[in-house]
Amino acid sequence: MSEAPPVLEMRGVTKRFPTGTLANDAIDLDLRRGEIHALLGENGAGKSTLMNILYGLVTPDAGQILIDGQPVTIRDPADAIARGIGMVHQHFMLVPVLSVAENVVLGQEIVRAGQVLDLGEAANRIRLLAKKLGFDIDPSTRVDQLSVGQQQRVEILKAIYRNARILVLDEPTAVLTPQETREIFEVLRRLRAEGASVIFISHKLDEVLEIADRITVIRRGRVVGSRTPANCTEGELAELMVGRAVSLRVERGRSHPGAVVLEVSGLRAKDDRGQEAVRGLELTARAGEIVGIAGVAGNGQGELVESLIGLRRPTAGSVRVAGRDISRTSVDERRDRGIAFVPADRHRFGLVLPYSVADNLALTRYAEPPFAGGFAGIVRNFHTILENALRLMEEFDVRAPAPTAPAATLSGGNQQKVVVAREFRHDLKLLVLDQPTRGLDVGSIEFIHKQVIARRDEGVAILLVSAELDEVLDLSDRVLVMFRGLVVGTFPAEEAQREKVGLLMATGGSRA
Amino acid sequence: MEVVGTLVRLIWELGVYLVTVLPDLLPIILALATPLALGALCGVLNERSGVVNIGIEGIMLMAAFFGYLTGFALHDAMGSGPSIALGILIAVLVGALLGVLHAWLTVSVRADQIIAGTMMNIAAFGVTGYLNRLVITPSGRGGAGVITPFHLPDQIANLPLVGPILVMFFDQGPIAMSLVFIVIALQLALFRTRWGLRTRAVGEHPKAADTVGIDVYRQRYLNVILGCAFAGLAGAFLTLESTGSFQNGMTNGRGFIALAAMIFGRWTPIGAFAGALLFGTATALGVVVAVRVPEGDLGGIMRSIPSYWYAALPYLMTIVILAGVVGRSTPPAADGVPYVKEGKG
Repeated sequence: MSEAPPVLEMRGVTKRFPTGTLANDAIDLDLRRGEIHALLGENGAGKSTLMNILYGLVTPDAGQILIDGQPVTIRDPADAIARGIGMVHQHFMLVPVLSVAENVVLGQEIVRAGQVLDLGEAANRIRLLAKKLGFDIDPSTRVDQLSVGQQQRVEILKAIYRNARILVLDEPTAVLTPQETREIFEVLRRLRAEGASVIFISHKLDEVLEIADRITVIRRGRVVGSRTPANCTEGELAELMVGRAVSLRVERGRSHPGAVVLEVSGLRAKDDRGQEAVRGLELTARAGEIVGIAGVAGNGQGELVESLIGLRRPTAGSVRVAGRDISRTSVDERRDRGIAFVPADRHRFGLVLPYSVADNLALTRYAEPPFAGGFAGIVRNFHTILENALRLMEEFDVRAPAPTAPAATLSGGNQQKVVVAREFRHDLKLLVLDQPTRGLDVGSIEFIHKQVIARRDEGVAILLVSAELDEVLDLSDRVLVMFRGLVVGTFPAEEAQREKVGLLMATGGSRA
Repeated sequence: MEVVGTLVRLIWELGVYLVTVLPDLLPIILALATPLALGALCGVLNERSGVVNIGIEGIMLMAAFFGYLTGFALHDAMGSGPSIALGILIAVLVGALLGVLHAWLTVSVRADQIIAGTMMNIAAFGVTGYLNRLVITPSGRGGAGVITPFHLPDQIANLPLVGPILVMFFDQGPIAMSLVFIVIALQLALFRTRWGLRTRAVGEHPKAADTVGIDVYRQRYLNVILGCAFAGLAGAFLTLESTGSFQNGMTNGRGFIALAAMIFGRWTPIGAFAGALLFGTATALGVVVAVRVPEGDLGGIMRSIPSYWYAALPYLMTIVILAGVVGRSTPPAADGVPYVKEGKG
């Protein structure tokens, strides 16, 4: 394009972690002035590591970073900030109890008399910057009072306040609603128009195609290709990213529903604030059938799921599994009866993050043979626990350095596979899935969907709750629409058109 | 009906009693609260930056001893005034030095913070007890002397209403008198200065602070050392301003009550000071009740309660406050969590 050197160039960047994982293998990347450059890759492909190297949070083993054609060394975030690099981390780096203004200026405070904070001046500058980017924010609000989308804007303000010319956003849309995503794209376009350069990390194909000027794909620590949105398709990008042809549609045969396994009648349950969230709900699921629950988040799906698996005590109604009422039994008893559960929040309910992958894989049955033995079963059987882990890691393609690695060290997709591997046992009657693929890349989603279909064909009754309407429509044999704590509509798979279901989700139909 | 009448009369008598003893009560409250407040400020500075310090008790004791030892040794050579001033300085330095030790253990070595604090307490008890017997007891001499407290002119002290309150704050030695200013200064510093903002950030979300270029370790070292210097000042108060002598284990749990005051005050300097005043008042009541027993029915009831119940008042209050208030007040989010930089080296 022009003669000027790229704003940023990374050459041959390599990083091997002490655990042995080669996270970055001689990566080359360049960023031009005023462009949005997408970095696309699966979970654990090495995108975040590369950006943490750029921001001085991780020290590379080899490689060079050039800014405006000049080689630079970035030892810590202070160096990166001084070179005009700003970063919006996937997990926000905001102090929740401090105000917007305090968060923005932190580290580069405006002071009088050497020490005294001038938050009034800070507020003025923040309002000005926000206006330039096209939004409005009250600098005196505490950050924990803001929505996720607003918090993200504070992060962007933080970077711009530090005069960042290179802005890195690590999976910025993972936590946003579609509306918030559109708004953040608008902000990014304004930034680009102002001459800033943006690195946009994502694994969502449609978003990358919408916002990026250029796309670089990373797989297992290596750059495997570079494209522009004009000369590629979603399918092509998915294949580059995963390394093989990926079917973006779920392949499945006809279902052969058997006897009724789950029978919920007149179920009522309250949410954490004491409001009735499930209001006399009825549903059934048969063996060998996937029942999908579609609905806008917050219509009682979470409370329904918790009532089914025993984390919430229903106020009325019954939950029958294979004919027996289990609505008052413990989680453990329900598991003994063949119920398994993949939770929406894997960090809170699915995993014990500091525990090893092997222990997490034995977590639901740690006290039973073959995982425990000896007198009264108080001795852990390490050999079996490890063997079980190696087998499941192989079967479910969990990429971890070792079965003894803490679950916290795995990427999000691999953590989810650990939960799925543990819960998808072969002796199940009922499988409850709550957002089973949230935050996962296409390769992992395809894999998990295949496993779901496989369990269905083994005769398991499956209840699938998902905020992703496409996921519900793709997988379900029957689609139920939940609205304000009730099932307001049932569609067989062949009649469940996107528009029809979406309309019912939004309005609740005549029964609302 | 009769029961209600008796109760009303008793409460009335209690009210009258409290008002009559107030002039006796007020002057001693601040003196009793000073070591608690200084200890609590140590806790606030430590925990706001994310380091739990239960070794305040031990640091106070060590500082009390070495401050006293300095005053004691130099008393004859330098005279009372300069030797006490030097003693206070040494006590503060001992506090800061132990702060360096605690910071090194908790921030650099990332030792368990409760164990580090416990070690400090046990070591302080042993070291001071041993040295006391080795150096001070055999000499058989008198103490290091105490600072003569400042006395308000009688015309001011005898003013109605404001008089006793002025006495409470100004009829004091220099350490107790400067306490109010220290508290206000720290309150402003914590919430209005760059240092304060960074301290709070490091105690709430150290990684966020790290990503904007703040040196988390440096900030924590600074705060732990500064805080422990205040614990050292508390120790100096005990031996050089309050009693003029050293006894083994003389801190007597004040370091722990200070932590209760800190929690009561929700980790703010002013709140912690209020907590310390509350405990000071409870202690003062225990003292006054033993000396001036009220008349009438109330007196009968109060006399029938063994005196050590009054002495135990501040400790009982500690239990009640820790059980009742802790549930509702939230400590800094990263309190007691060592910070580890990932991917470095």
